[in-house]
Amino acid sequence: MIDLEQVRKVALLARLELTDAEEQQFTEQLNGILGYVEQLSELNTENIEPTTRAIELSNITRQDALEPFEDRESILGISPDREDDFFKVPKILGS
Amino acid sequence: MTAAAPAKTEYEAVIGLEIHCQLSTNTKIFTSSSAEFGADPNTHIDPITLGMPGVLPVLNEKVLEYAVKTGLALNCQIAPYSKFDRKQYFYPDLPKNYQISQYDLPIAEHGWIEIELVDKKSGDVERKKIGITRLHMEEDAGKLVHAGSDGLAGSTYSLVDYNRAGVPLVEIVSEPDLRTGKEAAEYAQEIRRVVRYLGVGDGNMQEGSLRCDVNISIRPKGQEAFGTKVEIKNMNSFSAIQKAIDYEIERQTEAIESGDEEIVQETRLWDEGKQVTKSMRSKEGSSDYRYFPEPDLPPIEVSKKQMERWKSELPELPVDKRHRYETELGLSAYDTRVITDDRSIADYFERTIATGAESKTSANWVMGDIAGYLNAEKLSISDIALTPEGLGEMVTLITSGTISNKIGKDLLPTLLKEGGSPKAIVEEKGLVQISDPAAIEALIDEVMTDNPDELAKYRAGKKKLQGFFVGQVMKRSGGRADPKLTNQLLGKKLNG
Repeated sequence: MIDLEQVRKVALLARLELTDAEEQQFTEQLNGILGYVEQLSELNTENIEPTTRAIELSNITRQDALEPFEDRESILGISPDREDDFFKVPKILGS
Repeated sequence: MTAAAPAKTEYEAVIGLEIHCQLSTNTKIFTSSSAEFGADPNTHIDPITLGMPGVLPVLNEKVLEYAVKTGLALNCQIAPYSKFDRKQYFYPDLPKNYQISQYDLPIAEHGWIEIELVDKKSGDVERKKIGITRLHMEEDAGKLVHAGSDGLAGSTYSLVDYNRAGVPLVEIVSEPDLRTGKEAAEYAQEIRRVVRYLGVGDGNMQEGSLRCDVNISIRPKGQEAFGTKVEIKNMNSFSAIQKAIDYEIERQTEAIESGDEEIVQETRLWDEGKQVTKSMRSKEGSSDYRYFPEPDLPPIEVSKKQMERWKSELPELPVDKRHRYETELGLSAYDTRVITDDRSIADYFERTIATGAESKTSANWVMGDIAGYLNAEKLSISDIALTPEGLGEMVTLITSGTISNKIGKDLLPTLLKEGGSPKAIVEEKGLVQISDPAAIEALIDEVMTDNPDELAKYRAGKKKLQGFFVGQVMKRSGGRADPKLTNQLLGKKLNG
């Protein structure tokens, strides 16, 4: 099952800062969830193709026709920070 | 000093390229926002581009068509079943925190392309097959402007423009079959030629619509195992690709030979100003992309019928044109390469010779005076008034001896600007070449009478003066005297 190290790695990849207590808590909770899903292993899935989606569907495409989104301000307006028409983000590289 | 110097180890580079090529569609890969370059910041944004909750991306049918056509042109196998995946990483140019790309089932795989290296001086040609590992479709990221500094380092904050986010790309990954900077640059140019011939992309490196990442390692010649590989980014011209690779080969060879520096697997950036590669700080733990199938996009199954239809729409490719021009038209590898570099030039040339005009002479006009004019005036071949049929007519007037090459050159500026029929102009202005020996002899007699001093010097042994007399005869004939005949007759007259 999942251990503390794996939780720390996932947190790092997701850029989440966890306290020691949270690391413990999430390890337990994730194990609970994974254990529940693990019940599926009881079934014999040998020789069965993996399913990636529940609906059998393919080749859904649209025409290359321009249909601009009219309300860009509604998107720029909900950004945490902006400078004129740009989205503004904090310094990317650490010191 | 009897000890023989130890044999010097020879190294070879093993190089593979990843080329990102923007597809010239009207709209983005998964939304109907414009994919145009150069608009004001964040003009082409929408909820799908920004990854708002509850939105549904839908694949642009042109992207699929262009990707399959490019795959076919690169001799790839087109996947009967292909899908999109999410590639997770965090960087502000990526609004959704994942990029929709293709991971294990790309649209095309197992291709190859022939590159041709021509030595301009000797005319020697070397041809080499370069393997194409895969080609896949993906979305481009946005553009960052780093404020408070001219680069990322030292900037206090960054500004993001998502116009480019979601613009369609194909990524073309080569096998590690390239060995030199020159080969790599030629491979990249051939990919660009293919993309341009197909009309699926403009391949403009300055605007970033064609971007090249290089993977390079070196190993002692004869060794099979690869050395530690380094990735180089940030080259925005073909010559920069070549120079960055040549620099990196030298750096890695020195590192191995001196033992001072260990080669580590890393990403380096080409610094065009300083002409060196520099180590980029690695993004910690970022290589774990945790790909998984994109749940919002159903898989793609290209039917055989569809694929055959797209295949039938492919134009003649640059490599096929090169082979045909050399074998069927007898042009040199160098001429062939110059003419086929741009499809519109090749089309112009082909329409010229379709009039029956001789190919080598036609090639010379297209590559010489016409190309020179286009370069100088920054025009494309579709901008000139001289039609290929007009050029064909003029070439035939020259090769049939009706007009001299010189008259052709005199006519060209007017033809380029105003067009018209060279034959009609020649007849109207009386420019037909004088090939009647008696008429030329009469001109020669006049010139000899008018230049007694030069004649005396010639007869006293200054044979170089024949050129002077040729010039005088040409001048007197208004450039219409047949130069070859003039030379022959002059020789006789001057000596007699």
